[in-house]
Amino acid sequence: MITVKINGFEVKVEKDTTILEAANKIGIKIPTFCHDPRLRPHGSCRICTVEVKGGRNLPTACTTPVFEGMEVETESEGVVEARKEILDLLLANHPLDCLTCQQAGRCALQDLCFQYDVKESSYGGAKKEFEIDNSNPFYYSDQNKCILCGKCVYVCSQLQCTDAIGFAERGFPTHIATPFNQGLEESTCVSCGNCVSVCPVGALVPKSKEKFRYWETSPVRTTCSYCGVGCQMDLLVKDNKIVEIQPAMGPSNEGLLCVKGKFAYNFIGHPDRLKAPLIRKNGKLEEGTWEEAYELISSKIAEAKETLGPNSVAGLSSARCTTEENYLLQKLMRAVVGTNNVDHCARL
Amino acid sequence: MKSIQDLDRIRQKSLEKVNLRRNVEDANVEAEASGEGLTDGKPKDVLVCGGTGCTSSGCQKIINKMEIQLEKHQLKKEVKLIKTGCFGLCEAGPIVIVHPEGAFYSRIKEKDVEEIVEEHLLKGKVVTHLLFKGAIDGDQVKPIDEVDFYKKQQRVALRNCGLISPEDIEEYIAFDGYKALSKVLTEMTPEEAIDEVKKSGLRGRGGGGFPTGLKWEFTAKAEGDQKYVACNADEGDPGAFMDRSVLEGDPHAIVEAMAIAGYAVGADMGYVYIRAEYPIAVARLQIAIEDARKFGLLGKSIFGTDFNFDMEIRLGAGAFVCGEETALINSIEGKRGMPRPRPPFPAHKGIWDKPTLLNNVETYANIPQIILNGAEWYSSIGTEKSKGTKVFALGGKINNTGLLEIPMGTTLREVIYEVGGGIPNGKAFKAVQTGGPSGGCIPADHLDAAIDYDNLISLGSMMGSGGMIVMDEDNCMVDIARFFLDFTVDESCGKCTPCREGTKRMLEILERITEGEGEEADLNKLESLAKTIKNTSLCGLGQTAPNPVLSTLHYFRHEYEAHVKDKKCPAGVCQGLLQYLVIPEACKKCGICANKCPVNCIDGVKGKEVYVIRQADCIKCGACMAACPFKAIKKG
Amino acid sequence: MAKNLFTEENFSRLDEVIAANKETKGALMPVLHEAQRIFGCIPLEVQKVISESLKIPISEIYGVVTFYSQFTLEPRGEFVIGVCMGTACYVRGAQPILDKISQLTNTKVGKTSEDGKFTLEATRCIGACGLAPVITVNEDVYGRLELKDIPAIIEKY
Repeated sequence: MITVKINGFEVKVEKDTTILEAANKIGIKIPTFCHDPRLRPHGSCRICTVEVKGGRNLPTACTTPVFEGMEVETESEGVVEARKEILDLLLANHPLDCLTCQQAGRCALQDLCFQYDVKESSYGGAKKEFEIDNSNPFYYSDQNKCILCGKCVYVCSQLQCTDAIGFAERGFPTHIATPFNQGLEESTCVSCGNCVSVCPVGALVPKSKEKFRYWETSPVRTTCSYCGVGCQMDLLVKDNKIVEIQPAMGPSNEGLLCVKGKFAYNFIGHPDRLKAPLIRKNGKLEEGTWEEAYELISSKIAEAKETLGPNSVAGLSSARCTTEENYLLQKLMRAVVGTNNVDHCARL
Repeated sequence: MKSIQDLDRIRQKSLEKVNLRRNVEDANVEAEASGEGLTDGKPKDVLVCGGTGCTSSGCQKIINKMEIQLEKHQLKKEVKLIKTGCFGLCEAGPIVIVHPEGAFYSRIKEKDVEEIVEEHLLKGKVVTHLLFKGAIDGDQVKPIDEVDFYKKQQRVALRNCGLISPEDIEEYIAFDGYKALSKVLTEMTPEEAIDEVKKSGLRGRGGGGFPTGLKWEFTAKAEGDQKYVACNADEGDPGAFMDRSVLEGDPHAIVEAMAIAGYAVGADMGYVYIRAEYPIAVARLQIAIEDARKFGLLGKSIFGTDFNFDMEIRLGAGAFVCGEETALINSIEGKRGMPRPRPPFPAHKGIWDKPTLLNNVETYANIPQIILNGAEWYSSIGTEKSKGTKVFALGGKINNTGLLEIPMGTTLREVIYEVGGGIPNGKAFKAVQTGGPSGGCIPADHLDAAIDYDNLISLGSMMGSGGMIVMDEDNCMVDIARFFLDFTVDESCGKCTPCREGTKRMLEILERITEGEGEEADLNKLESLAKTIKNTSLCGLGQTAPNPVLSTLHYFRHEYEAHVKDKKCPAGVCQGLLQYLVIPEACKKCGICANKCPVNCIDGVKGKEVYVIRQADCIKCGACMAACPFKAIKKG
Repeated sequence: MAKNLFTEENFSRLDEVIAANKETKGALMPVLHEAQRIFGCIPLEVQKVISESLKIPISEIYGVVTFYSQFTLEPRGEFVIGVCMGTACYVRGAQPILDKISQLTNTKVGKTSEDGKFTLEATRCIGACGLAPVITVNEDVYGRLELKDIPAIIEKY
């Protein structure tokens, strides 16, 4: 174990722990844009710079490992000055349309400018000019708002393994692009939306049906019902209506979702959604009660088993069921009905 | 190559080839210019510089012509024609040297070849009027090492440059080539080799000045099933061509040194990352690698030991940042040259995450000499903390532009005024820029500073890879700072915020100042922004990018102030601030200027009144100044 | 560009290059260098072939090609004029020379003239500092230049 001192507080951590991790351990928050524990550390944004006693310059907390006896200051005068300057530089190349920006309220740039009292940029000069890419059906890509933290690119390549987007050009003109700027629709993008989930600013935002502010919503943790993986997610709910879905750090999904989990939630509140079972009566589907429906199912199965034998019945389960539910179905088929005719839609 | 005896045999055999050049100092160089004491028909070596500088000034034509002439006079047996690497004095190219006399012919044209062949090679008469002007004293021909340009130099890294044919491995072997490798492999343990390098005090010649031996030790101690050695030949500083000259003039030195390094750290594979802009260097290094393989100096069981080593060339593709070690590694792996955070350092996680030793070309070039002559010899050269010699590329407003190698501790004044021959056209020295885009400008007050790593840093500059650009009174220091920032902005990889966004804003401020739109507050803004960029950038490029601005702001603040307060460019460079003024005392009231002015902004009465330029309307075309027969119009 | 770059011959040369480098670690850079030489640029069609053969995502290849200044997406002019803007050349007056050439060839820096004849580039130091200021036109090098020498040089092409 290595002992380090952060803002005067001692903490013991394992070897190869970063300053950021050590600080987290004792509840000292160091701001970040580009850090994500799931990605290879890359140290791009530099906002997490801290002061290390005896050090020549200001290293980044997210990439610098601790050493025995290290003394770190996370909010010293020099650190604050540097962070303000970095925010100033980012703002200088960012449209200041927070009043209408969808990301307001969960924008890391906005939050840090508030924290460090950076009201506006002190620089004029060149600014990015990109067209908004709205070719993807589920999200917008507005590179004018991008701060080049790189998380979208790395999530796409290292975690999602889709490699739809990458860095293009270099220096000041560097931007995130699909090959030959042909747009997301032409790219290999699978619309998983994981880039959207990690974007700290408003460069990648979902195409929302609802107008809402993040502070008007409250999260409801749930398990995605689309398949059996069990991805954890937060439904952002406003006025009892789901307006967006954020992935959560569940053990099976580690903060990732697929296109269905991330974007396909509109059915929940859809007027055509079935809320009661339909039973065909006199050649017409009519709404019935669940008791009625169960009664009908069990009587039909019993009848078929009676007259044609258990193998005349088969159970087909859904990928939207959990493993436990799938287990129960096969148990029902084998133990109650007495057939091995069990299958699952994932095999079709 | 099975044994040292094999190598010795080749050396003995090859000695003949280079005999005329071997002990240049003993040769008959003091012969009189008239040619007395020289007889015709004597064997001679004709060395033609084939470095990039001389190639650009047409050395291939000279060689072709020389071939024809030698054929014509049936001299092919007696005279060997050798295309060498850089002699250093690029200003005087194309250069031809004839041994054993050591006659130093400069700026040779095709038509001069005939005269050299007929007079010097046939009759033994040195053609004095074609000699480099510094190589002649009265009617005495001076040997090369007495020429001012070479007198203060000590050639270690460049020892073979301009002396051997870089495309002939036997010539390299004749000059003790691969002897150091044989010594290391058969007489020394890897630890002893590392120890020798450590004791020599050699520090990285790429700019940072990190102790080379320590780097070797870290890599040797790092755990890994596979290790690599790599050579950084991505020489990108504008005005620097030391590494290129070594590769063009003595490529085997790099092959040998990398094999030695491979043995020391436990690597069997080497990569040389070299700029694609250096086609001659690439070609010669490729030949050297292939020849070394043929001679068994690369490959399996070198010198009959169980040491295997091979190497490959990888080409850069025009990105300055790839000179940064982690960016270079990404580039070798086929990625964008964006630097990685350190730690982990390449010694632990380098190419393909394997421990990698990365040194610069010039650093490697010193290694064989350190092994052969010992650490004690090497550390006897130089200053307390900077041992050995350093190669510089001297350029800008200087008489002898070219390549030079001096012992550490030589003063800037000696380099500029003795080796470099001073400033041309009687102009006043203003500053010398060292360290390229990472360095700074050093003013006249500090000319007596001894050149070493620490002194240059304390002067706000740095050693860098060795570019040394001299500026005179006609150079505007704000404009120079703007020039370097323009370079870094263009070459920033764009990965980290301070460098990508910050250098751009610094450049915009400097552009405003040079266009006459700067404000006093801009100077403070420049300084505070520079501090953040230095402190927070990811790699060395960003961390040093503000240096050219900071050092000029420090030493030449008055020039900045003249730009922002008086709206004047004292050196008369910044167009936006230029003013053409009539000097009343000199004006003869002739009115020619007024006639020439395309916008009619010069008022006066012919023969009666001194003419005056209305600044508000002047378009700064300079026509008046060119037209004035009395030099009565100045720009300022 | 009237010339057709996408000839069968060019693509078979590319295939040979890829085959020769396929086993090399970090093959992308050497292959791109050759592709640039074969086609004079590295457009989408070429990147697609490289991507499929080397199993490297095209987004990454596009990123690499646009990062390095020696790789281009579009073909360059018949004559590429490089004005060295290294420090030594700059302090000896490379900027006015660049401006003059830009004016004479009607080509902006970094661009190709409308007739496809000239591409004008402000290049990095080419290392011929002893001859500053220096320009290159394709393989030809012109050194120790003065402004008045420029029209005659452009005239030659």
